[in-house]
Amino acid sequence: MLLALNPLVSPDPGLLIWSTVAFLILFFLLSKYAWKPIIKALDERERSIEDALAKAEMAKNEMAKLTNENEQLLKQARIERDLILKEAKELKDQIVSDAKSAAQTEGAKMIEKARIEIDNQKLAAMAEVKSQVASLSVQIAEKILRKQFEDQNKQDALVSDLLKEVKLN
Amino acid sequence: MDLRHLFNLKKSAVALISAVLILIAFPKVFSQQAIPVDSIPSTEIKHTAGGEEKESISQTILHHIADSHEWLFWGHDDHKVSLPLPVILVTNNGLVTFLYNKHDKDEHGKTVFIENGLRFVNYHGKFLYASENPNEHGEYIEFDQSNSVVNALPFDISITKNVVSLFISIIILLIVFISVAKAYRIRVGKAPKGLQSVLEPIILFVRDDIARPQLGYRYAAFMPYLLTVFFFVWLNNLMGLIPFFPGGANLTGNIAVTMMLALCTFVLTTINGNKNYWGHVFTPHVPWWLYPLMIPVEIIGLFTKPIALMIRLFANITAGHILILSLISLIFILKNVFVAGIAIPFVIFISVIELVVGFIQAFIFTILSALFIGMAVEEHAEH
Repeated sequence: MLLALNPLVSPDPGLLIWSTVAFLILFFLLSKYAWKPIIKALDERERSIEDALAKAEMAKNEMAKLTNENEQLLKQARIERDLILKEAKELKDQIVSDAKSAAQTEGAKMIEKARIEIDNQKLAAMAEVKSQVASLSVQIAEKILRKQFEDQNKQDALVSDLLKEVKLN
Repeated sequence: MDLRHLFNLKKSAVALISAVLILIAFPKVFSQQAIPVDSIPSTEIKHTAGGEEKESISQTILHHIADSHEWLFWGHDDHKVSLPLPVILVTNNGLVTFLYNKHDKDEHGKTVFIENGLRFVNYHGKFLYASENPNEHGEYIEFDQSNSVVNALPFDISITKNVVSLFISIIILLIVFISVAKAYRIRVGKAPKGLQSVLEPIILFVRDDIARPQLGYRYAAFMPYLLTVFFFVWLNNLMGLIPFFPGGANLTGNIAVTMMLALCTFVLTTINGNKNYWGHVFTPHVPWWLYPLMIPVEIIGLFTKPIALMIRLFANITAGHILILSLISLIFILKNVFVAGIAIPFVIFISVIELVVGFIQAFIFTILSALFIGMAVEEHAEH
């Protein structure tokens, strides 16, 4: 048979024995000292990477939640602040307008009082002026009369004038 | 499932046919074309006399890819520089051990030497029990009618070139992977570094693209075997492509080694085969009257799968080596140094392809092993 004759395809029993023994030794040594730790380490690393990724995802979600919450809080705070500001403004406006109206009434009152006072003063002043003027006029008239009637002729003239004017009806 | 069966059978048939073709075609082609050349660096050509020169190149190629008792660096005969390897023979009188260079002067069975009280000859690098009397060529060898040697062989468990190469590759694998494992222990929870980061993607490739798709959730139990096979085959394929010392031994192109690997897969498949797997073999899903046909086919199928594995790896790697050697031999066949201008680029091209083939064959061997084991441990056959 051709196949049996050719040394290439007839397995050499010596090499078969050596290779079997050597391969089995290699297999057991590598299994124990190489493949087992390597596969274990690879599995562990893959698991730790998966864990880390899951944790990162969780942290991201947590972060997003926190941010969301913060935003919510901030929004609420802002609304509250606006509310407070508005209230304060209203109060201020109220106070200012109150003060204004109070001041106005007070002012009006004072002005009224002042006017009355002024009127009173004016009246008093006018009365005084009037009495002064009267007395001055009397004095002047007296002085003029005295001057006029120092002369007898003039007195006669006047009496005659007056008599002329009197019409005996 | 059935398609995969067909696919494997077809592949194994193709591999078998191509292996046979290589064996038949190459020696014939070369013996027709081979012209006596005196520049061929073969040991045979120099000292073969007259009519025997035609065997030269195919013999040289086959000699290069075959196993050997010495690691030849360069030169031949008396000028050779080689590392002699220990020969261990289990004989009728117990173990016989000696270094190869003690009895390597005559490789044609013409000189009988005595070790441990037994007569041996060295015939083309193999040790045989010597015949009583020499034949007409002066060789202490007997042939039968079909021209095959009838001399008894001692059981040869020598540390041959392939065995040394095997040990070197195993030492490399142990050093590399144990140090990588140590790196994993030291650098817990850190990114891989250096050798570790080079090999990690390949280990993950074996796990995620070979083991998991074929074995599903049961992959973990078979990871050590698949990883060992993958790296063993790959490293030896690559070492076979190195033309000088630590490499060049054509270990995965040796049928004994591929047979050992295929046997391991076969044993794992058979041991792990569940009820479903054996049920598929002995009660196939066909009408009962087809059983006499189908059961033998299924039983043959059990064996063709590892045989296909064995032949595929052997044939691919051996073919690559033969191709490269043949292209180099073109220079000597055409007796023209300028042929090197064409032959060497082709050799480089084929060598690069062989680098890819070395990986692909390791991948295919591993994925098919995983597939066969996966078929054996599958819970529900998909029909």
